[in-house]
Amino acid sequence: MSSSIERTTSGMSSTRRTFLQRMAITGVAVGPGGAFLASCATSGGGDDEGDSEPEPQGDVSDDNPLGIPEDEPLEIYIFDGGFGDEYATDVHQPIFSEKWPDVEINHNAAVDIGGELQARFVAGDPPDFVNNSGDGQMDGAQLITDGQLYDLSDLFDAPSWDDPEVPVRDTLIPGTIEMGSRDGTPYVLNYAFTVFGLWYNKTLLDENGWTVPTTWQEMMDLCAEIKSAGIAPWVYQGVTAPRYMNWPLLTMAAKLAGPEILVPVDNLEEGAWGHEAIRESAAALRSLKENDYFLPGVEGMEFRDAQGLWARGEAVFCPSGSWLENEEADAIAEDETFELAMMPEPLLSEDAVMPLETVRATAGEPYIVPADAKNPRAAMEYMRAMLSVEGARGFSETVTSLTSVAAANEEVEISAPGLASAQEALNAAGENVINWLYPTWYPTMENPGIDQATGALLRADITVDEWVQQCEAVAKEIREDDSVVKQTREA
Amino acid sequence: MTALRHGKYPFILAFLLPPVGIYALYMLSPYVQAIYISLTRWSGLSATQTFIGFDNYVEMWNDDQLRTALRNNLILLVVVPVLTLFLGLFFASMLNVGGRRSGQAVTGVRGSSVYKVVYFFPQVLPHAITAIVFAYVFAPSNAGGILNNLLEAVGLGRLTQLWIGEPKYLVWIIVVVMTWGFVGFYVVLFSAAMQSIPRDIYEAALLDGSSRITTFRKVTLPLVWDTVQVGWVYMAIQAMDGFAFVHIMLGVNGGVQGAGDVLGVAIYRAAFAEYDFGYAAAIGVLLLLLTMTIVVLFMRVLRRERVELA
Repeated sequence: MSSSIERTTSGMSSTRRTFLQRMAITGVAVGPGGAFLASCATSGGGDDEGDSEPEPQGDVSDDNPLGIPEDEPLEIYIFDGGFGDEYATDVHQPIFSEKWPDVEINHNAAVDIGGELQARFVAGDPPDFVNNSGDGQMDGAQLITDGQLYDLSDLFDAPSWDDPEVPVRDTLIPGTIEMGSRDGTPYVLNYAFTVFGLWYNKTLLDENGWTVPTTWQEMMDLCAEIKSAGIAPWVYQGVTAPRYMNWPLLTMAAKLAGPEILVPVDNLEEGAWGHEAIRESAAALRSLKENDYFLPGVEGMEFRDAQGLWARGEAVFCPSGSWLENEEADAIAEDETFELAMMPEPLLSEDAVMPLETVRATAGEPYIVPADAKNPRAAMEYMRAMLSVEGARGFSETVTSLTSVAAANEEVEISAPGLASAQEALNAAGENVINWLYPTWYPTMENPGIDQATGALLRADITVDEWVQQCEAVAKEIREDDSVVKQTREA
Repeated sequence: MTALRHGKYPFILAFLLPPVGIYALYMLSPYVQAIYISLTRWSGLSATQTFIGFDNYVEMWNDDQLRTALRNNLILLVVVPVLTLFLGLFFASMLNVGGRRSGQAVTGVRGSSVYKVVYFFPQVLPHAITAIVFAYVFAPSNAGGILNNLLEAVGLGRLTQLWIGEPKYLVWIIVVVMTWGFVGFYVVLFSAAMQSIPRDIYEAALLDGSSRITTFRKVTLPLVWDTVQVGWVYMAIQAMDGFAFVHIMLGVNGGVQGAGDVLGVAIYRAAFAEYDFGYAAAIGVLLLLLTMTIVVLFMRVLRRERVELA
């Protein structure tokens, strides 16, 4: 999920980069020249279901639990974005090739995954393995609906790379497989693991003898003090992504009233957004604007400008996920004394149902095997290699991110102070890890839907009641749209 | 002779067929296919298209966001050509026939050779760069906003705004940026047209004591009207687009509250954010119809008596 959110927010910068490429596709639809995509689109050229050749398969054995053919090539596409692609070429592929020297890996890196691969999916000729991420990410839910993804059950049931006694399924942080499943069938491997929270300027806090607030009342008192010191207490992601503030909003509400209030939100139930705890949380965040605690002008800023000002000491608190440290690495490097850390959101009330340490964390960064892949078994074997402790630890060390592989997170030494604090927070949370799924299930509900409502709330253009009404209207629109495949969860 | 006449049609066909074939394949067939796609539900990710009749068009009718986009396109359509053509004509006539220097009857204002180059600068910048630059012109002052900092520097700090953060300004920001980006081209276009006007007409006008404004109205404008007409149609088509500026400056949702949306961005969003290529194609068909209607209307309304120079 985090990646679907990251995708949209990293929007602006990668938009600039990839935009011309995509124009080539859209330009079409835009101008009267409009529909060149179509030139192959309606010609019925695609592989229709059923006529594809049977996938090549080797013999299943203890050594080859997925039964991969030992001499068929494997075509791989890695998203060349925040994580780069060295982790694939320098960490995962050597592990894979050591075991399967005769499988030739055809490695590709792309900035715009959809731009390069969408036509190949339509034509029924996709690569074997895709890191479907970044600004050009193809809608995962839609790919599942269209039957374009390979069922990964065999991968998760196979013995893990490191210990034949333990299936892959049991080496992952709970919730990882569910993130990429529909109706119980896993289709997407979410590999990176993101912790969400409030990121603060530790240097400023230490210098001024301020302590990390644990309740909202303490937060408000501290904000008053920060403001009188001539610093802005908070930033958020400006015009680009006010939805980042949904994360503390829903997390604080869940802490107050329990994680079960998020279930009706995900299930699009009527009145879910009107829950008393969600209202209270929304009112708390709105009070930041009422008291003028946001960085001046933040509501008109690009998200990178807002985060950059935060990293340069103009503000103290910033909501984000654990990618923030990477994203703002340049600004952070400007000042050697600057130190950031993550804190869990403060409690709205002393009688909150969940402890302070509760955090939102989720697996993200999707990897898929297309249903029409020529060598899907080898692609799953590649995933199995990625999920080895060595592969996962190598990933963490290369790209400064946790992974969904539980054992690897325990053993990895993290030198980045921000991510280390997130790792600590995750350990402190123990069982109290929450998440919600509607942004993954219904991306347009989160953005532009709830995003616009929250933006207006944070500008104090609307009241909390109006915000609830707008969120309910957005949920209703999705609920009543027959073309959207609905999903539900029970807990 | 007879042999040539006998072989005339195969000869002509041999030359005409390839280009017409290529045109039909790459220009006409996409139109037809887009119209067909607009009658289907298609994610753009698979080869499966479900025929749903006019459902996409019904959905369009009920889509409030699309109305905003349409309204903005109409604002762009009316305001941008008027502003651009007005400024273009003004600058071009100043550069070519606006000067009053001794010894030369018809000349540009002082320094016009420099201005000619400067006006053309925006035209050589890709729209993407123009849009990024202007995103910073309209940013808040502490994020490097050029306009707000300028206003503060000259003591007009009370006029500063969160330009890109305010829904009511968004479409006007796009108007300003588009005009800035396009005016240079029209200055050059009109300059070329004005230079082909015989000088003796201007000299006669001067001898009759005509002022600059009268000269412009009675001499320059009628004689470049053909070019203005072409420019107007071209400008209108560009104003129906606006995709690059809006997408880069305001994002894929058309900015705060979607208030700066245009049809081009709505198509992009339907296709690449919602994976609803059928709906995207339907908006594309709407845009096609609008553009064609506008072109035909403009050509008719702007038709005027042609002035013969010789």
